[in-house]
Amino acid sequence: MTRWLPYPLLTLALLAAWLLLAESLSPGAFLLGALVALLASWVLAVLAPPKARLRRLGAVPGLLAMVLVEVVRSNNAVARIILRPGGARPPRSGFVRIPLDLRNPYGLAALACILTATPGTVWVEYDSSDGTMLLHVLDLIDEEAWVRIIKDRWERRLMEIFE
Amino acid sequence: MTQAANLPLWAALPVALLLLTGAGLGLIGSVGLLRLRNFYERIHAPTLATTLGIGFILLASALHFSVLQSRPVLHEVLIAVLMVITTPVTLMLLARAALYRDRREGDPEVPPLPPQVSRPQRRDG
Repeated sequence: MTRWLPYPLLTLALLAAWLLLAESLSPGAFLLGALVALLASWVLAVLAPPKARLRRLGAVPGLLAMVLVEVVRSNNAVARIILRPGGARPPRSGFVRIPLDLRNPYGLAALACILTATPGTVWVEYDSSDGTMLLHVLDLIDEEAWVRIIKDRWERRLMEIFE
Repeated sequence: MTQAANLPLWAALPVALLLLTGAGLGLIGSVGLLRLRNFYERIHAPTLATTLGIGFILLASALHFSVLQSRPVLHEVLIAVLMVITTPVTLMLLARAALYRDRREGDPEVPPLPPQVSRPQRRDG
């Protein structure tokens, strides 16, 4: 099982991507896609990346929905800042250093994707020696509030899923 | 090539609306590149186009071709997924390059490296 199917989730995702690209659910497309996905997962097994274990897959849809809401909300906020009459002057922009408890590399990658996908926040750097992340925030009113938002809204949920 | 003129009105209206909203967000992002003050602020502006902007345009595309070909056309989902996964890489590269240069120049606006306990080997995250 593990020998022939080292990454079941990844294999499934690749198969889904193949079927979407082929735009068909015919047996031919399915077979070819399964073959490609299997081969790709064997190649990945040779590269031996750190194992990811998704502990609570059930929490993923809720997280995605929250990300979507946040994307819409922050798009609106950033558009307002840019279009503000009299020069685009955000009240204050700046860096916040946020201590993270999340150590899983896939969890960190997911957090980076979420923070970048919500306009107004950009992940700048991560220091693995002390586990802090440097974030640039366009509308930085309260640093403490941002630390709380990152930790409560995203990090806690990602840790439930990845750790 | 499918003809856009064949699109019925009930579908053409939402498609046009979605396209214009997406394009509008892209435009606002570009305006932001002009109006914001420094590099770190400007890096936020194009994310409007790469998130909700591209989202609206992909929705318009999916709706348009699904109606025209009378079957669900969903491969736009892949574009969205790949966008979300790849944009952080570019943005992080740009931001870190700028940060590295500013630190080398001793820019006071930029936060210094965190206080080090000991750093035997730097593993970049």
